[in-house]
Amino acid sequence: MKDDIKLMKGNEAIAHAAIRYGADGYFGYPITPQSEVLETLEALMPWETTGMVVLQAESEVASINMVYGGAASGKAVMTSSSSPGVSLMQEGISYLAASELPALIVNVMRGGPGLGTIHPSQSDYFQATKGGGHGDYHLIVLAPSTVQEMADFVGLGFDLAFKYRTPAMILADGIVGQMMEKVVLPPQRPRRTDEEVRRQCPWAVNGREGGRKRNVVTSLELDSAMMEKNNERFQRTYREIEKNEVRYEAKYTEDADYLIVAFGSIARICLKAIEEARKEGIKIGLIRPITLWPFPYEAIREAARNVKGILCVEINAGQMIEDVRLAVSDSVPVTHFGRMGGIVPNPQEVLDSLRKDFINPNPQK
Amino acid sequence: MTDEIIIAGFGGQGVLSMGKILAYAALENDMEVTWMPSYGPEQRGGTANVTVILSDEAISSPVLDTYDTAVILNQQSLDKFESKVKPGGVLIYDPYGIHHAPTRTDIKVVPVEAMEATIETGQAKSYNMILLGALLKMRPDVPVEAVVRGLKKALPERHHHLIPANEAAIRKGMELVK
Amino acid sequence: MKREDIIKPENKVYSRPRLLDKNIMHYCPGCSHGVVHKLVAEVIEELGLEDSAIGIAPVGCAVFAYNYIDCDWIEAAHGRAPALATAVNRLYPSKVVFTYQGDGDLAAIGSAETIHACTRGENIVIIMINNGIYGMTGGQMSPCTLEGAKTATTPYGRRADLNGFPLRVSNVVSLLDGTCYVTRQAVHTPAAVRKAKAALKKAFTNARDKKGTSFVEIVATCSSGWKMTPDKSNKWMAENMFAHYPLGDIKDTAIPAGTAQ
Repeated sequence: MKDDIKLMKGNEAIAHAAIRYGADGYFGYPITPQSEVLETLEALMPWETTGMVVLQAESEVASINMVYGGAASGKAVMTSSSSPGVSLMQEGISYLAASELPALIVNVMRGGPGLGTIHPSQSDYFQATKGGGHGDYHLIVLAPSTVQEMADFVGLGFDLAFKYRTPAMILADGIVGQMMEKVVLPPQRPRRTDEEVRRQCPWAVNGREGGRKRNVVTSLELDSAMMEKNNERFQRTYREIEKNEVRYEAKYTEDADYLIVAFGSIARICLKAIEEARKEGIKIGLIRPITLWPFPYEAIREAARNVKGILCVEINAGQMIEDVRLAVSDSVPVTHFGRMGGIVPNPQEVLDSLRKDFINPNPQK
Repeated sequence: MTDEIIIAGFGGQGVLSMGKILAYAALENDMEVTWMPSYGPEQRGGTANVTVILSDEAISSPVLDTYDTAVILNQQSLDKFESKVKPGGVLIYDPYGIHHAPTRTDIKVVPVEAMEATIETGQAKSYNMILLGALLKMRPDVPVEAVVRGLKKALPERHHHLIPANEAAIRKGMELVK
Repeated sequence: MKREDIIKPENKVYSRPRLLDKNIMHYCPGCSHGVVHKLVAEVIEELGLEDSAIGIAPVGCAVFAYNYIDCDWIEAAHGRAPALATAVNRLYPSKVVFTYQGDGDLAAIGSAETIHACTRGENIVIIMINNGIYGMTGGQMSPCTLEGAKTATTPYGRRADLNGFPLRVSNVVSLLDGTCYVTRQAVHTPAAVRKAKAALKKAFTNARDKKGTSFVEIVATCSSGWKMTPDKSNKWMAENMFAHYPLGDIKDTAIPAGTAQ
């Protein structure tokens, strides 16, 4: 068992987990702070072992369209990038959703807007959860907070993507991408054979072997009545996902007077703040959404029942707070604390903010 | 036991790799560990730092505002982190190139003449290992044997012949702590 | 002689290619796309590739190519066909992957994907229909529009000082080490059609045999966009387009250096 525990960066864990999942292809382009994904894959040379294709593309635009081609052919394919690169991919992501294709996209977020900073941020929450590209669509969005989850969510992301025939995203950030900690990698699975791909994905474009009817993957439908039907089908899938796939973690919520809602790496920083506060007798609970879409509205509503206030802590100007407010309506005050531009809040700042908002709003001079 | 450590200096001084070796040593010693670097252009000059947390328990935040232990390799880092050592904590620093020595009296301040030692031995590359030795002397979080096993994992195979020299540097650093 | 006496198998001199669907094409009268579609269908059939051919359709007039040629197809985002083809070909090396694009799709928005697929030497066929105009969106200037040509966005004629020079894409990709065969053809006469078919056949054979990237440019007409009759379009193309885009093989690595025409 001990030998199975490795110490590695979150980005490296993504690469290892992809090979072990039996992924068929990775297409990517270097950008800080996620380049280790491509670097690790190139160093591991999986094409020599599992037969996985790894290719450094000429741009993020090419990467996502390679993913589009690979996904249309029924293969388990993925890409990774960081915020500016993921912006470039939005058109392709919209096409993947519209063509009902399974694929995995990893965004190791950095601070924006623009070229911004290479340092950690969570400011792509809106882009990831509300559809960064055009059209009515959703991605399944998984937010890892540990290197272990970076590894685990590769398999989970692919499984969900294939189950619902929709693209999934791992929305990480520079902290969990760059930090090293212990991880147990999943066991090596064989890649599906072409025959298995044909059986699992009868819709896939992989040649009319055996004289089967032609398959066409397209997002184009000029007949509006048909296009509306397509949209209705997408929405039915989204309702299914909302029903079945909400994931979150709750800690210290049973007796909590206050609630912190935070996702990804910042949730760990909040947990430290909560543990410090409990030493002083301040009872704070934590809800960590793991799926950012579908969002755990119900869990937050439930956890908020007996609290005096909710603090949303995000490494951004306040994005997820909109979903938290939707969850609880006006039943309890909801405030936000965050830092921007690549600055990561520390546990003390989180605690100070909660005190200021709810416990001691008007400190005496 | 939990030790929250910041190691800070110039890029190229071996700050990140020192933290990495410590992290691998913790892995070898069956402890929980996180290693969180400042990343990007810092690696090419300018200041670099890494937060390493070693613990018997699960670690929550990998990012901290105060530290039990600081290992400081240049003036800028001293200016930045001296105030962030918890009362009763340990600050190890190399006086080489330091113009304003630490002034705090509520922490243990440990000067280690690591640069002097490397000038004497001519082994500039063992600089960070001397400081790691000093750290291990002050904070015996992991035994030296675990560090040597950690080195084997942290270093690529082609550098394994350097491990004895590294171990010697670690022991030298332990001796330098008075 | 009665009709029944004529329609007999032994009298048959021409038939619809098996892989060309009976769907009525949406192309305008005089458009070159229909002829090239037919040639692609014939070549796939003649090489026995109907089970392994995978087409990547563009955004442009040929967006519905998947309705006309009976093989598997993916409809790409504008300009990205070579990126899709790269992935599909690498994931299924035994398949024969081709893109079918226009000059706007390939040479403007898709120039990066084209250059890089060619320089990687992907074992694919890239077909570019060069009619020097954006047909589907209503006749705007494309990278290959000739100087002086009037389009919706160059109403007084393309001016090099304002709009740059027309791009000879085939010449550009012929310089890249990954291309094994680069040729420029047309389909305005029976003789040209026969040559174009031979070129396509060579390109698909190269892809099957993993020789590198084959690039087939077809200089084509767009009667609607050019605002000419089909007959006039063919004449105008021969008189004007061929001067800037001369027909013939530009590169063929199967021919030893120095012996190519």
